[in-house]
Amino acid sequence: MTAASAEPRREPIVSVHDLQVRFQTTDRRATVKAVDGVNFDVRRGETFGIIGESGSGKTTIGRALVFLQQPSGGAILHDGIDPRALSRGAFQSHRRDYQIIFQDPNAALNPRMTILASVLEPLELARIGTKAERERQAREALERVGLPQEFGERYPHQLSGGQKQRVVIARALTLRPKLIVCDEVVAALDMSIRGDVLNLFADLQRDLGLTYVFITHDLAVVSHISERVAVMYLGQFVELGPTEAVAERPLHPYTIALLSAEPRPLPSAMRTDARIVLQGEVPSPIDPPSGCRFRTRCPHAQPLCAQQAPDWRELKPDHWVACHFADRPNFSPS
Amino acid sequence: MGAGEPAQRGAEGAREGARPLLQVRGLGIRFKTTHGVWQATRKIDFDIAPGERVGIVGESGCGKTITGLSILRLLPGNFAGLDGKILFDGVDLASCSARQMRAIRGKRIAMIFQEPMSALDPVFTVGHQIAETLRVHSDIGYEEARAKTLEMLRRVGIASPERRIDDYPHQLSGGMRQRVMIAASLICGPQLLIADEPTTALDVTVQAQILELLRDISETSHTALMLITHDLGVVAETCTRMITMYAGEVIEDAAVDEALVRPLHPYTSGLLRSLPHLSPRHGRLPSIPGRVPSITDMPNGCRFRARCAHAAKGCEAEQTLQDAGGGRRVRCWRFAELNLPGALHPPETAATGRVARQ
Repeated sequence: MTAASAEPRREPIVSVHDLQVRFQTTDRRATVKAVDGVNFDVRRGETFGIIGESGSGKTTIGRALVFLQQPSGGAILHDGIDPRALSRGAFQSHRRDYQIIFQDPNAALNPRMTILASVLEPLELARIGTKAERERQAREALERVGLPQEFGERYPHQLSGGQKQRVVIARALTLRPKLIVCDEVVAALDMSIRGDVLNLFADLQRDLGLTYVFITHDLAVVSHISERVAVMYLGQFVELGPTEAVAERPLHPYTIALLSAEPRPLPSAMRTDARIVLQGEVPSPIDPPSGCRFRTRCPHAQPLCAQQAPDWRELKPDHWVACHFADRPNFSPS
Repeated sequence: MGAGEPAQRGAEGAREGARPLLQVRGLGIRFKTTHGVWQATRKIDFDIAPGERVGIVGESGCGKTITGLSILRLLPGNFAGLDGKILFDGVDLASCSARQMRAIRGKRIAMIFQEPMSALDPVFTVGHQIAETLRVHSDIGYEEARAKTLEMLRRVGIASPERRIDDYPHQLSGGMRQRVMIAASLICGPQLLIADEPTTALDVTVQAQILELLRDISETSHTALMLITHDLGVVAETCTRMITMYAGEVIEDAAVDEALVRPLHPYTSGLLRSLPHLSPRHGRLPSIPGRVPSITDMPNGCRFRARCAHAAKGCEAEQTLQDAGGGRRVRCWRFAELNLPGALHPPETAATGRVARQ
């Protein structure tokens, strides 16, 4: 992103330029464009949300951000440098600063290792300090996520889902990262403890100056925790802006539809009845529609939308959109 | 079933007048494990009127799914016994013969599940699987069954059903598979449809389509809906009444609008308050401390009291599901003195939960 606005912006910790990630189908006959030309910056200390439905490519972006997935094209800069240009050793110590946490803590923890052993493992692999120092750091990390001392000696099956997710967070913290990609980290948790874990993320950010990329399909979660949010559809961003603006004054018809589809626990008198139920489902990323990818489901599609892909433009300060008609007055359906 | 008036949101019409279609009384379900027999649910009491849409809400392990399964007697292998009655149109499903049960299951009571792919058989076409239900329950020829299947596929919003009827499940998307499941469950015109997390595996835009379909079918065919979900938003959008479960018990039963605005049980209130929708952005989310008690170690008295901010002397006594007036019931002896916040408290934060429009 190159446009300047009046307000000075924080320097980016991650810059993504024209990111492409392509996969071969198993029969090698076709290519899936999981991520197709995405541009954004993540600013230091912010929480950057990415929302999208299944298959939109949001998880692939998250994995590419920490180089668990090699980009097929474009560039990802960490603090202005391309980690792929580093030597193998330098890259290994560099990537400690960029961690990722996944949805299912059961899959992330080895059932035969004690909690303390799991949390110690990254420190041991990084050969940090003496054995006693590593153990102290691991115990500190457990304490920081609100788990009592004695949990270190337990095994994953003795913990609840929320506690296990705390262990995974503690493990990501041991190497003192600058940025954590959080991929659906509360999706598997029951609603009464989801709030606890989200509060923990907020506390850690405040105390440790962390930057988060929060990937989720849950609009409520993303709008609660993020400062800026990007909306993804079929491998591309369709909208990006401050959370308040995207949630309350959305510019893209897909964002508008997504917001109106979210079931809200409100009594009938407070409900907006202007629900837009999108027809059909997301097309295949093997053969996406020409022009604007959303046009096949868009209630406002015009002939132009099939001919030409819309530009990614900053329609309002810091608020980007990819739609030919987003600047039309009364665009939002009545 | 005549053409009754459709159940209205928030109206008590469906609840009061008509004789209940389903009456669950004192339902308790036990399971055997290697460590002994555990009580999964106990003293479950509720009614569902003809055409009524009732949400059963609770977190994982509260017993909501097992309650749904017990109505159709689809209990898992470690099932150890059942107390109480499940009266469906006068027949006690808990004690009727297997033969009687088979005549009801799939015909008068149908069920759909979270994951349509595991409910559909991959080696048969969807048309075959839908028609099968019909042919099991009625003496009907192939052509007629196929015609009815086509009509039902159209009814559940499948585009070009003539083509789709001969498709195999893997050729359909997740949303279409769930539509096929709904078609199969409705083909015999059931009086009660039990839907267990029917949209949890679907994307939010597809979820909106399926919820609209369920609501529409319930209204036009006067089918009662028992919707089992953890998502209070889904209940608010779809149901007229909400039954909240906690640790194997019903703890609150009220019209959806009343439960959302003025919950009577501290757990219902806590759940509503912990939803991110309703909190000011970037603020702290209220949460319920602690965790659900283990099935092997249930406390006496109120099962929520260890996590309850309003616990007092007296909560260790056995709690009954008492009448709270206006057709509401709650399992908390302090309900009248507690003035608990719901989804709209404080009022200004509720505004941020809505979609603002330009």
